[in-house]
Amino acid sequence: MSEDLIPVGQPLLEVVTVREGMFGSQGSGDTSGFGGLVSIVPVPAASARPFGAQFDVVVDEIIASLPDFGTSAEKAIEKIVIAFDEMTIHVHASELVAFARTLRDEPGLRYELCLGVNGVHYPHQTGRELHAVYQFRSITHVRTLRVEVTVADEHPHLPSLFAVYPTADWHERETFDFFGIVFDGHPHLTRIQMPDDWQGHPQRKDYPLGGIPVEYKGATVPAPDQRRSYN
Amino acid sequence: MTDTYADTYETTTGRVFTVQGQDWDSITGAAEGETERIVVNMGPQHPSTHGVLRLILELDGETVTEARCGIGYLHTGIEKNMEFRSWTQGVTFVTRMDYLSPFFNEAAYCLGVEKLLGITDQIPERAQVIRVMMMELNRISSHLVALATGGMELGALTAMIFGFRERETVLDLFELVTGLRMNSAYIRPGGVAQDLPDGAEQKIRDAVKSLPRRFKDTANMLVDNSVWMARTSGVGYLDLAGCMSLGITGPVLRATGLPHDLRKSAPYSGYENYEFDVCTQTTSDAYGRFLIRLAEMEQSLNIVEQCLDRLQPGPVMVEDKKIAWPAQLSIGTDGQGNSLEHIKLIMGQSMEALIHHFKLVTEGFSVPAGQVYSAVESPRGELGVHIVSDGGTRPYRVHYRDPSFTNLQATAAMCEGGQIADVIAAVASIDPVMGGVDR
Repeated sequence: MSEDLIPVGQPLLEVVTVREGMFGSQGSGDTSGFGGLVSIVPVPAASARPFGAQFDVVVDEIIASLPDFGTSAEKAIEKIVIAFDEMTIHVHASELVAFARTLRDEPGLRYELCLGVNGVHYPHQTGRELHAVYQFRSITHVRTLRVEVTVADEHPHLPSLFAVYPTADWHERETFDFFGIVFDGHPHLTRIQMPDDWQGHPQRKDYPLGGIPVEYKGATVPAPDQRRSYN
Repeated sequence: MTDTYADTYETTTGRVFTVQGQDWDSITGAAEGETERIVVNMGPQHPSTHGVLRLILELDGETVTEARCGIGYLHTGIEKNMEFRSWTQGVTFVTRMDYLSPFFNEAAYCLGVEKLLGITDQIPERAQVIRVMMMELNRISSHLVALATGGMELGALTAMIFGFRERETVLDLFELVTGLRMNSAYIRPGGVAQDLPDGAEQKIRDAVKSLPRRFKDTANMLVDNSVWMARTSGVGYLDLAGCMSLGITGPVLRATGLPHDLRKSAPYSGYENYEFDVCTQTTSDAYGRFLIRLAEMEQSLNIVEQCLDRLQPGPVMVEDKKIAWPAQLSIGTDGQGNSLEHIKLIMGQSMEALIHHFKLVTEGFSVPAGQVYSAVESPRGELGVHIVSDGGTRPYRVHYRDPSFTNLQATAAMCEGGQIADVIAAVASIDPVMGGVDR
């Protein structure tokens, strides 16, 4: 649906969500006329150079050093997004380990700390539903960097960063537990927060919250996931 | 053995003994002639595992050959729940994660939301100072618990009494300012929930004056105490390379000599305007971490004092009425309640004010789509929040990079090859808070 609404010739946006109506009412007729409203919410689009002083330095350094680690900017970098004064580099999954090794070992980059990985589920982005978001911090150069990798829900396999950053161990287990992303090469990818025999991956958008209504003084407050959600 | 609560049974992997505090000889006697390898499950219900932490230790005599952590016993799905509540309600959830440092959880979240909203520069000066002051008081109360429980787990019960006694002083201040001793949901997107009550500044000043003398009690008792040093010195060793590869931050990292502190390297809430030292040690062991926590409490008191001097009258919420929480609380006859002045305005004077109040409280405000990462230096290390917004009135995804979670990964590196008794000292020196680990 979202593709139909984007004018021909426009770049396909990365959609977070599609909203319908205006007041969150569903089922009953909305006489306001706003019920037919459809709005697509995209995430910030790819940025073009110049990225801004501090970001250009980092990007130049990365592009120059990637070949030393067996990859290249064309192969590894999908796009670069600058938003809210932070830089996100979208990296192709196949080059993730080489990219991380570059970040860690290149003297001009020296991202000593990997601050873990977090999953985000975008059900609207067909073929790239699951995102893995890594944060890196360089103590030497006092910088942070975000790296984002996407993977299709049908085959949710990403390479593990355990060999480069051992701290990714528990973070990857947590992302597997909550999103079902399988990190190939992780030494023991098991559930970490949920019980071992748990079914499903709770942080995905298609996994229900499972709230129960609250009764208080005779009245019933609907469960949080059943309450009206305003747009 | 006839004790029904401490019986022995056979499994496919060997005999299992349940230990219930009976004579240890009865276990070792019964286990005589078994395989040389003993796997001990310590926790999740064990008084010295620092919360519901399960340690799986493989022992050779009293030497730990392998140590693994089992976590998840306190997982409450806070991150999932937040996706079904408004942005402001999120504060009420995150404050319950790491329950010993609630103000840091709130601050990290609010700084992220403010970044997405683009109002970072509009937070009033007074709110910034109050935030810093509450965070530093919180650092003291958190470090006091680290010392108290750490001491208790090693048998130093006086340290426990001292630590919790001093912490009461700080918790009383929290109660005075926020109304609650913990889980206060005080720092909100746009500022803080309400201004300091009358007399709070004086009470905080009094506490700042009385606490150093009390810290000295703890210091006099434990610093250079031969028993305390025998239990902690050289124990739980983790050097800089280990910390870097395992992502360890906070006092554990600073005990290796690296003065890494986000308050200095990536200042937030105006930390660049305060004078304080980053405390380091070079021993990389449990004793060094203990000394750092002691020193950091002094530095925090120093910052609180600077906060009190900087406090100027003014608003504590952003001016933008589309974001600022409309209601103000006041103390009613039952000890709590809404500000009568505000009730008078929305119920009797202004229909628009009522609509505005209703919209903001039930629906909340929208936050532009995108993602940010904001981090603060919590008592345990880098507390980071990754926030994703879909442009709506609820978070799309909020993820906490809790320092306890990451630092606990060092358990194996710190404990393997050491004595089983040192496991307690090593884990206590990491100071994990399971509420933050499991979220």
